[in-house]
Amino acid sequence: MPSTMSNMNAPMIHAQDIHKRFGALEVLKGVSLDIGKGEVVAVIGPSGSGKSTFLRCLNHLETINRGRIDIEGESLVTTDAHGVFHYVPDVDVRRICGKMGMVFQHFNLFPHMTVLQNVIEAPITVKGLRSEAIIPKAEELLRKVGLLDKRDSYPSRLSGGQKQRVAIARALAMAPDIMLFDEPTSALDPELTGEVLRTMRELAEEHMTMLVVTHEMAFAREVASRVVFMDAGEILESRPAKELFASPEHPRTKAFLENML
Amino acid sequence: MNYVFDIMGPLLEGTGVTIQVFLITLVLSVPFGLCLALLRISRFRVVSGLVNGYIWLMRGTPLMLQMLFIYFALPFVPVIGIRLPDFPAAIVAFVLNYSAYFAEIFRAGIQSIDRGQYEGARVLGMTYTQTMRRIVLPQVIKRILPPMSNETITLVKDTSLIYVLAMNDLLRAARGIVQRDFTTTPFVVAAVFYLVMTLVLTMAFQHLEKKYAVYDE
Repeated sequence: MPSTMSNMNAPMIHAQDIHKRFGALEVLKGVSLDIGKGEVVAVIGPSGSGKSTFLRCLNHLETINRGRIDIEGESLVTTDAHGVFHYVPDVDVRRICGKMGMVFQHFNLFPHMTVLQNVIEAPITVKGLRSEAIIPKAEELLRKVGLLDKRDSYPSRLSGGQKQRVAIARALAMAPDIMLFDEPTSALDPELTGEVLRTMRELAEEHMTMLVVTHEMAFAREVASRVVFMDAGEILESRPAKELFASPEHPRTKAFLENML
Repeated sequence: MNYVFDIMGPLLEGTGVTIQVFLITLVLSVPFGLCLALLRISRFRVVSGLVNGYIWLMRGTPLMLQMLFIYFALPFVPVIGIRLPDFPAAIVAFVLNYSAYFAEIFRAGIQSIDRGQYEGARVLGMTYTQTMRRIVLPQVIKRILPPMSNETITLVKDTSLIYVLAMNDLLRAARGIVQRDFTTTPFVVAAVFYLVMTLVLTMAFQHLEKKYAVYDE
Protein backbone atom coordinates (compact mmCIF):
# COMPACT_ATOMS: atom_id res chain seq x y z
CA MET A 1 0.00 0.00 0.00
CA PRO A 2 1.37 3.42 -0.92
CA SER A 3 2.31 5.64 2.01
CA THR A 4 0.20 8.62 2.92
CA MET A 5 3.06 10.97 2.06
CA SER A 6 3.15 9.96 -1.57
CA ASN A 7 -0.59 10.63 -1.79
CA MET A 8 -0.45 14.17 -0.48
CA ASN A 9 -0.60 15.68 -3.90
CA ALA A 10 -2.97 13.15 -5.39
CA PRO A 11 -6.39 14.52 -6.32
CA MET A 12 -9.25 13.61 -3.98
CA ILE A 13 -11.01 11.98 -6.90
CA HIS A 14 -9.29 10.82 -10.05
CA ALA A 15 -11.66 9.36 -12.61
CA GLN A 16 -10.20 8.37 -15.93
CA ASP A 17 -11.94 7.19 -19.07
CA ILE A 18 -15.01 5.83 -17.29
CA HIS A 19 -17.27 3.73 -19.45
CA LYS A 20 -20.62 2.44 -18.27
CA ARG A 21 -23.22 0.50 -20.20
CA PHE A 22 -26.73 -0.54 -19.21
CA GLY A 23 -27.34 -3.36 -21.66
CA ALA A 24 -26.91 -1.90 -25.12
CA LEU A 25 -27.14 1.67 -23.87
CA GLU A 26 -23.79 3.33 -23.32
CA VAL A 27 -24.41 5.83 -20.54
CA LEU A 28 -20.83 6.97 -19.95
CA LYS A 29 -18.51 7.19 -22.93
CA GLY A 30 -15.13 7.80 -21.41
CA VAL A 31 -15.58 10.36 -18.67
CA SER A 32 -12.47 11.76 -16.99
CA LEU A 33 -12.45 14.17 -14.08
CA ASP A 34 -10.02 15.17 -11.33
CA ILE A 35 -11.21 16.87 -8.20
CA GLY A 36 -8.75 18.55 -5.85
CA LYS A 37 -8.98 19.00 -2.12
CA GLY A 38 -11.53 21.59 -1.10
CA GLU A 39 -12.96 21.95 -4.59
CA VAL A 40 -16.71 22.27 -5.02
CA VAL A 41 -17.60 20.88 -8.41
CA ALA A 42 -21.11 21.13 -9.81
CA VAL A 43 -22.12 18.70 -12.54
CA ILE A 44 -24.88 20.05 -14.76
CA GLY A 45 -26.48 18.80 -17.93
CA PRO A 46 -29.74 17.56 -19.40
CA SER A 47 -31.62 14.56 -17.98
CA GLY A 48 -30.14 11.30 -19.17
CA SER A 49 -26.73 12.84 -19.76
CA GLY A 50 -25.19 10.33 -17.35
CA LYS A 51 -24.26 12.75 -14.58
CA SER A 52 -25.97 10.80 -11.80
CA THR A 53 -24.58 7.54 -13.12
CA PHE A 54 -21.10 9.03 -13.10
CA LEU A 55 -21.51 10.10 -9.48
CA ARG A 56 -22.80 6.63 -8.54
CA CYS A 57 -19.82 4.99 -10.22
CA LEU A 58 -17.45 6.91 -7.98
CA ASN A 59 -18.65 5.19 -4.80
CA HIS A 60 -19.40 1.89 -6.45
CA LEU A 61 -23.19 2.08 -6.41
CA GLU A 62 -22.69 1.24 -10.08
CA THR A 63 -19.96 -0.99 -11.47
CA ILE A 64 -18.03 0.53 -14.34
CA ASN A 65 -17.20 -1.38 -17.53
CA ARG A 66 -13.88 0.28 -18.22
CA GLY A 67 -11.66 2.99 -16.78
CA ARG A 68 -9.91 3.87 -13.56
CA ILE A 69 -10.99 5.46 -10.31
CA ASP A 70 -8.58 6.58 -7.56
CA ILE A 71 -9.82 8.08 -4.34
CA GLU A 72 -7.19 10.12 -2.49
CA GLY A 73 -4.51 8.31 -4.44
CA GLU A 74 -5.82 4.82 -3.74
CA SER A 75 -7.10 2.68 -6.57
CA LEU A 76 -10.72 1.62 -6.41
CA VAL A 77 -10.82 0.11 -9.87
CA THR A 78 -8.34 -0.20 -12.70
CA THR A 79 -8.52 -1.55 -16.22
CA ASP A 80 -5.78 -3.75 -17.63
CA ALA A 81 -4.28 -3.72 -21.11
CA HIS A 82 -6.94 -6.15 -22.33
CA GLY A 83 -9.72 -3.77 -21.34
CA VAL A 84 -10.77 -5.90 -18.37
CA PHE A 85 -11.68 -3.95 -15.23
CA HIS A 86 -10.50 -5.00 -11.77
CA TYR A 87 -12.01 -3.77 -8.54
CA VAL A 88 -9.96 -4.01 -5.37
CA PRO A 89 -11.26 -6.59 -2.82
CA ASP A 90 -14.62 -5.86 -1.15
CA VAL A 91 -13.05 -4.88 2.16
CA ASP A 92 -10.95 -2.23 0.41
CA VAL A 93 -13.87 -1.06 -1.70
CA ARG A 94 -15.83 -0.43 1.49
CA ARG A 95 -12.90 1.33 3.16
CA ILE A 96 -12.11 3.53 0.14
CA CYS A 97 -15.77 4.37 -0.49
CA GLY A 98 -16.00 5.19 3.22
CA LYS A 99 -14.00 8.34 2.49
CA MET A 100 -17.03 9.62 0.61
CA GLY A 101 -20.41 10.54 2.03
CA MET A 102 -23.44 10.63 -0.21
CA VAL A 103 -26.73 12.47 -0.24
CA PHE A 104 -29.52 11.16 -2.45
CA GLN A 105 -32.37 12.81 -4.29
CA HIS A 106 -34.88 10.78 -2.26
CA PHE A 107 -33.04 11.11 1.08
CA ASN A 108 -33.10 7.37 1.86
CA LEU A 109 -33.43 8.01 5.57
CA PHE A 110 -34.23 4.95 7.67
CA PRO A 111 -37.92 5.37 8.52
CA HIS A 112 -37.85 3.07 11.56
CA MET A 113 -35.24 5.17 13.31
CA THR A 114 -35.49 8.61 14.85
CA VAL A 115 -33.44 11.48 13.47
CA LEU A 116 -30.72 10.92 16.05
CA GLN A 117 -30.70 7.16 15.49
CA ASN A 118 -30.33 7.76 11.75
CA VAL A 119 -27.25 9.85 12.41
CA ILE A 120 -25.55 7.55 14.93
CA GLU A 121 -26.41 4.22 13.25
CA ALA A 122 -23.41 3.92 10.94
CA PRO A 123 -20.79 5.29 13.36
CA ILE A 124 -21.90 2.64 15.85
CA THR A 125 -22.50 -0.29 13.48
CA VAL A 126 -19.71 0.35 11.00
CA LYS A 127 -17.04 2.13 13.02
CA GLY A 128 -17.83 0.41 16.28
CA LEU A 129 -18.06 3.69 18.22
CA ARG A 130 -19.86 3.71 21.54
CA SER A 131 -23.08 5.70 21.60
CA GLU A 132 -21.77 7.95 24.40
CA ALA A 133 -18.90 8.87 22.10
CA ILE A 134 -20.96 9.64 19.03
CA ILE A 135 -24.12 11.22 20.46
CA PRO A 136 -22.50 14.60 21.33
CA LYS A 137 -21.02 14.77 17.84
CA ALA A 138 -24.34 13.79 16.27
CA GLU A 139 -26.11 16.50 18.26
CA GLU A 140 -23.51 19.00 17.14
CA LEU A 141 -24.17 18.03 13.50
CA LEU A 142 -27.93 18.29 14.00
CA ARG A 143 -27.46 21.74 15.52
CA LYS A 144 -25.37 22.67 12.52
CA VAL A 145 -28.14 21.71 10.08
CA GLY A 146 -30.66 23.39 12.37
CA LEU A 147 -32.57 20.28 13.43
CA LEU A 148 -31.46 19.54 16.96
CA ASP A 149 -35.04 20.03 18.16
CA LYS A 150 -36.10 17.18 15.87
CA ARG A 151 -33.61 14.66 17.25
CA ASP A 152 -36.30 12.30 18.56
CA SER A 153 -38.73 12.68 15.64
CA TYR A 154 -39.21 9.99 13.03
CA PRO A 155 -38.43 10.99 9.43
CA SER A 156 -42.08 10.76 8.38
CA ARG A 157 -42.76 13.80 10.61
CA LEU A 158 -40.25 15.96 8.74
CA SER A 159 -40.60 18.10 5.63
CA GLY A 160 -38.56 17.22 2.57
CA GLY A 161 -36.04 19.94 3.29
CA GLN A 162 -35.64 18.76 6.87
CA LYS A 163 -35.22 15.16 5.71
CA GLN A 164 -32.46 16.19 3.35
CA ARG A 165 -30.67 18.13 6.06
CA VAL A 166 -30.82 15.06 8.31
CA ALA A 167 -29.40 13.04 5.43
CA ILE A 168 -26.51 15.51 5.19
CA ALA A 169 -25.89 15.27 8.94
CA ARG A 170 -26.02 11.48 8.71
CA ALA A 171 -23.41 11.45 5.97
CA LEU A 172 -21.19 13.90 7.87
CA ALA A 173 -21.34 11.76 11.01
CA MET A 174 -19.05 9.29 9.24
CA ALA A 175 -16.48 12.09 8.90
CA PRO A 176 -16.03 11.78 5.14
CA ASP A 177 -13.34 13.65 3.22
CA ILE A 178 -15.57 14.05 0.19
CA MET A 179 -19.31 14.63 -0.13
CA LEU A 180 -21.27 13.48 -3.16
CA PHE A 181 -24.68 15.04 -3.77
CA ASP A 182 -27.03 13.41 -6.27
CA GLU A 183 -29.64 16.04 -7.18
CA PRO A 184 -30.23 16.86 -3.52
CA THR A 185 -33.00 19.38 -4.13
CA SER A 186 -34.79 17.78 -7.09
CA ALA A 187 -37.43 16.04 -4.95
CA LEU A 188 -38.18 19.15 -2.88
CA ASP A 189 -40.90 21.76 -3.16
CA PRO A 190 -39.29 24.93 -4.52
CA GLU A 191 -39.71 26.82 -1.24
CA LEU A 192 -37.76 24.10 0.61
CA THR A 193 -34.68 24.03 -1.60
CA GLY A 194 -33.21 27.13 0.02
CA GLU A 195 -32.62 25.56 3.43
CA VAL A 196 -30.80 22.60 1.88
CA LEU A 197 -28.69 24.77 -0.41
CA ARG A 198 -27.79 26.96 2.58
CA THR A 199 -26.52 23.92 4.46
CA MET A 200 -24.49 22.87 1.43
CA ARG A 201 -23.09 26.36 1.05
CA GLU A 202 -21.93 26.30 4.68
CA LEU A 203 -20.26 23.00 4.04
CA ALA A 204 -18.48 24.45 1.02
CA GLU A 205 -17.29 27.40 3.11
CA GLU A 206 -15.68 24.90 5.48
CA HIS A 207 -13.68 23.63 2.49
CA MET A 208 -15.36 20.27 2.23
CA THR A 209 -14.54 18.64 -1.09
CA MET A 210 -17.88 18.36 -2.85
CA LEU A 211 -19.23 16.93 -6.07
CA VAL A 212 -22.79 18.05 -6.70
CA VAL A 213 -25.05 16.84 -9.48
CA THR A 214 -27.66 19.57 -9.66
CA HIS A 215 -30.25 21.48 -11.63
CA GLU A 216 -29.81 24.52 -9.38
CA MET A 217 -27.97 26.88 -11.70
CA ALA A 218 -27.81 29.61 -9.06
CA PHE A 219 -26.09 27.25 -6.66
CA ALA A 220 -23.66 26.08 -9.35
CA ARG A 221 -22.81 29.64 -10.24
CA GLU A 222 -22.46 31.03 -6.73
CA VAL A 223 -21.03 28.16 -4.72
CA ALA A 224 -19.21 25.85 -7.11
CA SER A 225 -15.56 26.55 -7.84
CA ARG A 226 -15.88 24.60 -11.04
CA VAL A 227 -18.77 23.54 -13.22
CA VAL A 228 -18.79 20.45 -15.37
CA PHE A 229 -21.25 20.24 -18.24
CA MET A 230 -22.20 16.70 -19.30
CA ASP A 231 -24.25 15.66 -22.27
CA ALA A 232 -24.87 12.23 -23.81
CA GLY A 233 -22.37 10.46 -21.58
CA GLU A 234 -19.49 12.88 -22.09
CA ILE A 235 -18.02 15.87 -20.34
CA LEU A 236 -18.15 18.72 -22.82
CA GLU A 237 -16.84 21.48 -20.58
CA SER A 238 -15.16 21.66 -17.23
CA ARG A 239 -14.31 25.22 -16.21
CA PRO A 240 -14.49 27.70 -13.35
CA ALA A 241 -18.13 28.48 -12.67
CA LYS A 242 -17.99 32.16 -13.59
CA GLU A 243 -16.30 31.47 -16.93
CA LEU A 244 -18.64 28.71 -17.94
CA PHE A 245 -21.76 30.70 -17.20
CA ALA A 246 -20.39 33.90 -18.76
CA SER A 247 -19.06 32.38 -21.96
CA PRO A 248 -19.98 28.75 -22.61
CA GLU A 249 -17.72 27.36 -25.31
CA HIS A 250 -19.65 24.39 -26.56
CA PRO A 251 -22.85 25.08 -28.52
CA ARG A 252 -24.68 22.41 -26.50
CA THR A 253 -23.66 24.07 -23.24
CA LYS A 254 -24.91 27.34 -24.61
CA ALA A 255 -28.24 25.82 -25.66
CA PHE A 256 -28.64 24.11 -22.27
CA LEU A 257 -27.90 27.25 -20.29
CA GLU A 258 -30.25 29.34 -22.41
CA ASN A 259 -32.97 26.83 -21.68
CA MET A 260 -32.30 26.79 -17.95
CA LEU A 261 -31.91 30.48 -17.22
CA MET B 1 -72.63 -27.22 33.39
CA ASN B 2 -71.37 -30.05 35.56
CA TYR B 3 -70.97 -32.08 32.42
CA VAL B 4 -68.66 -29.42 30.95
CA PHE B 5 -66.45 -29.69 34.05
CA ASP B 6 -66.47 -33.46 33.77
CA ILE B 7 -65.08 -33.41 30.23
CA MET B 8 -62.62 -30.60 30.97
CA GLY B 9 -59.79 -32.97 31.89
CA PRO B 10 -59.31 -34.72 28.54
CA LEU B 11 -60.06 -31.52 26.61
CA LEU B 12 -57.36 -29.62 28.49
CA GLU B 13 -54.96 -32.46 27.88
CA GLY B 14 -55.76 -32.24 24.17
CA THR B 15 -55.29 -28.48 24.31
CA GLY B 16 -51.85 -29.11 25.78
CA VAL B 17 -50.90 -31.22 22.78
CA THR B 18 -52.33 -28.60 20.40
CA ILE B 19 -50.38 -25.79 22.07
CA GLN B 20 -47.17 -27.82 22.03
CA VAL B 21 -47.42 -28.52 18.33
CA PHE B 22 -48.30 -24.89 17.71
CA LEU B 23 -45.46 -23.38 19.74
CA ILE B 24 -42.71 -25.74 18.59
CA THR B 25 -43.74 -25.28 14.96
CA LEU B 26 -43.83 -21.50 15.32
CA VAL B 27 -40.49 -21.24 17.10
CA LEU B 28 -38.74 -23.41 14.51
CA SER B 29 -40.42 -22.42 11.26
CA VAL B 30 -40.08 -18.64 11.62
CA PRO B 31 -36.24 -18.70 11.61
CA PHE B 32 -36.22 -21.48 9.00
CA GLY B 33 -38.62 -19.46 6.89
CA LEU B 34 -36.39 -16.41 7.16
CA CYS B 35 -33.36 -18.43 6.06
CA LEU B 36 -35.31 -19.87 3.13
CA ALA B 37 -36.43 -16.37 2.12
CA LEU B 38 -32.84 -15.09 2.15
CA LEU B 39 -31.72 -18.07 0.06
CA ARG B 40 -34.66 -17.59 -2.27
CA ILE B 41 -33.56 -14.02 -3.10
CA SER B 42 -29.94 -15.10 -3.44
CA ARG B 43 -28.04 -14.13 -6.57
CA PHE B 44 -27.03 -17.75 -7.02
CA ARG B 45 -29.56 -19.18 -9.43
CA VAL B 46 -29.08 -22.77 -8.30
CA VAL B 47 -29.74 -21.88 -4.67
CA SER B 48 -32.82 -19.80 -5.35
CA GLY B 49 -34.07 -22.41 -7.82
CA LEU B 50 -33.77 -25.20 -5.26
CA VAL B 51 -35.58 -23.18 -2.62
CA ASN B 52 -38.24 -22.28 -5.14
CA GLY B 53 -38.78 -25.96 -5.89
CA TYR B 54 -38.95 -26.78 -2.21
CA ILE B 55 -41.58 -24.10 -1.60
CA TRP B 56 -43.60 -25.36 -4.55
CA LEU B 57 -43.51 -28.89 -3.17
CA MET B 58 -44.51 -27.86 0.34
CA ARG B 59 -47.29 -25.50 -0.69
CA GLY B 60 -48.44 -27.72 -3.51
CA THR B 61 -49.25 -30.84 -1.51
CA PRO B 62 -51.59 -31.22 1.47
CA LEU B 63 -50.03 -30.92 4.90
CA MET B 64 -51.87 -34.09 5.87
CA LEU B 65 -50.21 -35.98 3.04
CA GLN B 66 -46.81 -34.66 4.10
CA MET B 67 -47.44 -35.83 7.64
CA LEU B 68 -48.55 -39.28 6.50
CA PHE B 69 -45.53 -39.52 4.25
CA ILE B 70 -43.06 -38.64 6.99
CA TYR B 71 -44.66 -41.03 9.45
CA PHE B 72 -45.41 -44.01 7.20
CA ALA B 73 -43.25 -43.72 4.09
CA LEU B 74 -40.04 -42.08 5.27
CA PRO B 75 -38.80 -45.26 7.03
CA PHE B 76 -38.73 -46.99 3.63
CA VAL B 77 -36.85 -44.27 1.77
CA PRO B 78 -33.28 -45.43 1.03
CA VAL B 79 -30.34 -43.67 2.74
CA ILE B 80 -32.34 -41.03 4.65
CA GLY B 81 -34.93 -43.57 5.78
CA ILE B 82 -35.74 -43.00 9.44
CA ARG B 83 -38.62 -44.09 11.61
CA LEU B 84 -39.98 -41.22 13.69
CA PRO B 85 -42.45 -41.54 16.56
CA ASP B 86 -45.76 -39.76 16.01
CA PHE B 87 -45.02 -36.47 17.78
CA PRO B 88 -41.64 -35.76 16.12
CA ALA B 89 -43.08 -36.83 12.77
CA ALA B 90 -45.89 -34.32 13.13
CA ILE B 91 -43.47 -31.57 14.16
CA VAL B 92 -41.15 -32.26 11.22
CA ALA B 93 -44.06 -32.10 8.78
CA PHE B 94 -45.44 -28.91 10.29
CA VAL B 95 -42.06 -27.18 10.36
CA LEU B 96 -41.23 -28.17 6.77
CA ASN B 97 -44.63 -26.97 5.59
CA TYR B 98 -44.90 -23.76 7.58
CA SER B 99 -41.31 -22.72 6.85
CA ALA B 100 -42.31 -22.60 3.19
CA TYR B 101 -45.27 -20.31 3.88
CA PHE B 102 -43.29 -18.08 6.22
CA ALA B 103 -40.50 -17.93 3.64
CA GLU B 104 -42.88 -16.45 1.09
CA ILE B 105 -44.16 -13.91 3.60
CA PHE B 106 -40.61 -12.88 4.47
CA ARG B 107 -39.60 -12.72 0.82
CA ALA B 108 -42.53 -10.47 -0.05
CA GLY B 109 -41.63 -8.26 2.90
CA ILE B 110 -37.94 -8.06 2.05
CA GLN B 111 -38.62 -7.32 -1.60
CA SER B 112 -41.07 -4.58 -0.69
CA ILE B 113 -38.27 -2.55 0.91
CA ASP B 114 -37.13 0.27 -1.35
CA ARG B 115 -33.76 -0.10 -3.08
CA GLY B 116 -32.83 3.29 -1.69
CA GLN B 117 -32.65 1.78 1.80
CA TYR B 118 -29.92 -0.60 0.65
CA GLU B 119 -28.06 2.23 -1.08
CA GLY B 120 -28.42 4.50 1.93
CA ALA B 121 -26.90 1.80 4.13
CA ARG B 122 -24.23 0.97 1.58
CA VAL B 123 -22.88 4.50 1.25
CA LEU B 124 -22.59 4.59 5.03
CA GLY B 125 -20.26 1.59 4.78
CA MET B 126 -22.63 -1.08 6.03
CA THR B 127 -22.16 -4.68 4.90
CA TYR B 128 -24.99 -6.81 3.51
CA THR B 129 -25.43 -8.53 6.86
CA GLN B 130 -25.48 -5.24 8.77
CA THR B 131 -27.93 -3.79 6.26
CA MET B 132 -30.27 -6.75 6.64
CA ARG B 133 -30.05 -6.87 10.41
CA ARG B 134 -30.24 -3.17 11.20
CA ILE B 135 -32.10 -1.60 8.28
CA VAL B 136 -34.14 -4.05 6.21
CA LEU B 137 -35.48 -6.72 8.57
CA PRO B 138 -36.74 -4.32 11.27
CA GLN B 139 -38.84 -2.64 8.57
CA VAL B 140 -39.91 -6.00 7.16
CA ILE B 141 -41.34 -7.05 10.52
CA LYS B 142 -43.72 -4.12 10.54
CA ARG B 143 -44.90 -4.85 7.03
CA ILE B 144 -45.46 -8.58 7.47
CA LEU B 145 -47.37 -8.46 10.76
CA PRO B 146 -50.82 -8.78 9.09
CA PRO B 147 -49.95 -11.86 6.97
CA MET B 148 -48.00 -13.38 9.87
CA SER B 149 -51.06 -12.96 12.07
CA ASN B 150 -53.13 -14.77 9.43
CA GLU B 151 -50.68 -17.60 9.11
CA THR B 152 -50.22 -18.23 12.83
CA ILE B 153 -53.98 -18.32 13.36
CA THR B 154 -54.21 -20.87 10.57
CA LEU B 155 -51.49 -22.85 12.30
CA VAL B 156 -53.55 -23.11 15.50
CA LYS B 157 -56.35 -24.70 13.56
CA ASP B 158 -54.11 -26.84 11.34
CA THR B 159 -52.76 -28.59 14.43
CA SER B 160 -56.01 -30.58 14.41
CA LEU B 161 -54.62 -32.50 11.42
CA ILE B 162 -52.36 -34.52 13.70
CA TYR B 163 -55.32 -36.78 14.44
CA VAL B 164 -54.28 -38.76 11.34
CA LEU B 165 -51.28 -39.94 13.36
CA ALA B 166 -53.71 -40.93 16.13
CA MET B 167 -52.46 -38.14 18.40
CA ASN B 168 -54.87 -36.75 20.96
CA ASP B 169 -55.08 -33.07 20.20
CA LEU B 170 -57.99 -30.89 21.30
CA LEU B 171 -60.29 -31.79 18.41
CA ARG B 172 -59.66 -35.53 18.58
CA ALA B 173 -60.19 -35.48 22.34
CA ALA B 174 -63.51 -33.71 21.80
CA ARG B 175 -64.54 -36.17 19.12
CA GLY B 176 -63.73 -39.08 21.36
CA ILE B 177 -66.08 -37.76 24.02
CA VAL B 178 -68.79 -37.02 21.45
CA GLN B 179 -68.70 -40.61 20.27
CA ARG B 180 -68.70 -41.94 23.85
CA ASP B 181 -71.47 -39.75 25.28
CA PHE B 182 -73.65 -39.10 22.23
CA THR B 183 -73.69 -35.33 22.79
CA THR B 184 -72.18 -32.51 20.75
CA THR B 185 -71.38 -30.35 23.76
CA PRO B 186 -67.64 -31.24 23.62
CA PHE B 187 -67.49 -29.75 20.09
CA VAL B 188 -68.88 -26.46 21.41
CA VAL B 189 -66.36 -26.46 24.26
CA ALA B 190 -63.54 -27.23 21.80
CA ALA B 191 -64.69 -24.35 19.58
CA VAL B 192 -64.52 -22.01 22.56
CA PHE B 193 -60.99 -23.25 23.33
CA TYR B 194 -59.86 -22.56 19.77
CA LEU B 195 -61.47 -19.13 19.88
CA VAL B 196 -59.66 -18.27 23.09
CA MET B 197 -56.31 -19.36 21.61
CA THR B 198 -56.81 -17.34 18.43
CA LEU B 199 -58.06 -14.38 20.44
CA VAL B 200 -54.81 -14.36 22.41
CA LEU B 201 -52.87 -14.41 19.15
CA THR B 202 -54.98 -11.69 17.60
CA MET B 203 -54.43 -9.48 20.60
CA ALA B 204 -50.69 -10.18 20.62
CA PHE B 205 -50.44 -9.16 16.98
CA GLN B 206 -52.56 -6.06 17.53
CA HIS B 207 -50.20 -5.13 20.33
CA LEU B 208 -47.21 -5.56 18.01
CA GLU B 209 -48.85 -3.52 15.26
CA LYS B 210 -49.48 -0.73 17.73
CA LYS B 211 -45.89 -0.90 18.87
CA TYR B 212 -44.62 -0.57 15.31
CA ALA B 213 -47.08 2.24 14.58
CA VAL B 214 -44.70 4.77 16.20
CA TYR B 215 -43.24 5.38 12.76
CA ASP B 216 -44.76 5.72 9.29
CA GLU B 217 -42.95 5.01 6.09
